[in-house]
Amino acid sequence: MTGKDPRAIIRMQDVTKFFGSFQALKGITTTINEGEFFSLLGPSGCGKTTLLRMIAGFDEPTDGAIYIGDEPMAGIPANQRPTNMVFQSYAIFPHLNVADNVGYGLKRKRMSRAEIAAEVEKSLAMVDLAGYGKRAAHELSGGQRQRVALARALVMRPKVVLLDEPLSALDKKLREQMQVELRQLQQSIGITFILVTHDQEEALIMSDRIAVMFEGQIEQVATPEQLYRHPVSRRVASFIGVMTLLDARATAQPGNTVRVDIPALGTVDLPAARVPEGIDLAKVEKIGVHPEMLTILQDEHETAERVVEAEVASRSYYGDMTYYSVLLPGANAPATISMRNTFGRSVIDPGAKVKVGWGQDSIILFK
Amino acid sequence: MKTGSALSRNWLVFYAVAYMVFLYAPVVLLPLFAFNDATIIAFPLSGATTKWFTVLWETEALHSAVENSLIVALSTSAISTLLGATAARAMARYRFPGKRGIVGFIMLPLVLPEIIVAVSLLVLLMQLDMELSLWTVVGGHVLICVPFSIAILSSAFQGLDSSLEEASFDLGETRWGTFRRIIFPLVLPGVISSMLITFTISLDEFIIAFFLTGTDVTLPVYIWSQLRFPTKLPSVMALGTILLALSVILLILGEWFRQRAAKRQGIEASATGGFM
Ligand SMILES: Nc1ncnc2c1ncn2[C@@H]1O[C@H](COP(=O)(O)OP(=O)(O)OP(=O)(O)O)[C@@H](O)[C@H]1O
Ligand SMILES: [Mg+2]
Repeated sequence: MTGKDPRAIIRMQDVTKFFGSFQALKGITTTINEGEFFSLLGPSGCGKTTLLRMIAGFDEPTDGAIYIGDEPMAGIPANQRPTNMVFQSYAIFPHLNVADNVGYGLKRKRMSRAEIAAEVEKSLAMVDLAGYGKRAAHELSGGQRQRVALARALVMRPKVVLLDEPLSALDKKLREQMQVELRQLQQSIGITFILVTHDQEEALIMSDRIAVMFEGQIEQVATPEQLYRHPVSRRVASFIGVMTLLDARATAQPGNTVRVDIPALGTVDLPAARVPEGIDLAKVEKIGVHPEMLTILQDEHETAERVVEAEVASRSYYGDMTYYSVLLPGANAPATISMRNTFGRSVIDPGAKVKVGWGQDSIILFK
Repeated sequence: MKTGSALSRNWLVFYAVAYMVFLYAPVVLLPLFAFNDATIIAFPLSGATTKWFTVLWETEALHSAVENSLIVALSTSAISTLLGATAARAMARYRFPGKRGIVGFIMLPLVLPEIIVAVSLLVLLMQLDMELSLWTVVGGHVLICVPFSIAILSSAFQGLDSSLEEASFDLGETRWGTFRRIIFPLVLPGVISSMLITFTISLDEFIIAFFLTGTDVTLPVYIWSQLRFPTKLPSVMALGTILLALSVILLILGEWFRQRAAKRQGIEASATGGFM
């Protein structure tokens, strides 16, 4: 990623941040494209907020550079950057009504009152709050405050909108609804969004690309599907979705394939395309399996690439899905298998002996 | 058990009532004798009159004392609120070495006996060869009023979410603009509350004003000097009544503004301290 990408709107080069002697960011290098919905995902304390605040200009990197649209941002304060932030607490000005909150930034631009009012109304309509301008800040619900904060950022027509866990204060239902709405809004206006979240599901639902961070470093940048299907490391895998880890050994085979020997399932040869680049086969100890990548075969007609005998240990029933804990032969811990409760499929009781189907695609090999 | 708790409750009620009487009976006497038609301060009361208030109106020396007091109280309230605001802001926003110690020293005059403050200031001024005037009184009053300002204003500044300032800055506003459009309006009720309360404190203060003033006297010092003349006592009562009413009004106003500041920031007012 050294060459300049014409689609790049933000470039970060070896961004490092020290707080005293504590290193919060350890050399972040990545590119964010124009019009992209980009998420920073990682556990608490990994440096997501720190990175976002440096893009916004509230903080300066100790070392390294941030470019927004080719311009180096060093020394440029937040009020002169083409970015706007939606704060986790929303930071709605409590003494101003909705219209004055949204129009706050426009007052500094040379615009007439009528122009400002028109822009504000347009922006409010964008977030489904048309006609709410006269409402006082304290008369808004949590979801409405979130929308006002978004409208206030969008009305400035920034190159990049920065969102620090904008949905974490909302209840589950509203959050799920806002995830979809926010994504649709971003798609329709085409502005770059950078979202900070520690909710992997949220990142998967909303993003074009996701950067997974651990301890001040980016471990993987990928599309949601790539990230889910091909996590590069066990850390990333354990952060994205549910995954069963099984003991395994890998050996190189002639013809660029890799033979993976999994005592609990069997032996399988993976083509080169399924093997992460730069993997050290000698160090492979575990492979990962997602719950939906194993199936429990229920009658004679059902088949799979490979089949092993196993026993159901327990189950959790979710209505549309059932999650089974299944003891595979020779495995020390049970594997999780998810099954859709489709037409004609009955729920299996613990203790039942079952046939588990799997295949080459079920296996995830990490670096 | 039941009778026991009822008994102790009765005692508690009795104690509370006795306490209130002890605290406020003298205050009630003030207006009572101010409107009493007799030069002797004693029961039984004679008849109602407002002549003592008329006497006040006609006393020239009193007018200049009122003027002096207003100058001192207004200056004190402005200066100590300004100093209190900057200190409250620093306490709420910044971490620096020795912060606890510094804050402790600023708040100390709150518990220091006023006579000590007054005498030591007098000694200091003498050493510096400074002439006593209303401004030395202002200096002394600022010293004892700043802690009150800080106590009132720090709840206003503490309640100010720092992301509001960042949001303003992020929306293109300058530091000064952020102060003018966000910080100031949000702490304004606290500022007004602080000004009212420090004004009241300065207006009522006697010891420091007595020690540090030159030829110009403030109202409390004037009242004290009048107490030597028994015939003037009823008119002093009238003056005291006016001061009492004024103080109560100012304090209530001050508290009202403080609670409004908290409310503006969406905080439960009772949870943020205050004096009333
Ligand atoms: N101003 C600061 N001074 C000292 N340390 C800080 C400061 N800001 C952040 N840190 C530290 O840097 C690390 C990263 O913090 P950051 O807020 O970026 O985490 P985060 O990934 O956003 O976590 P969360 O999901 O909990 O918000 C943390 O260990 C934090 O303690
Ligand atoms: Mg954070």
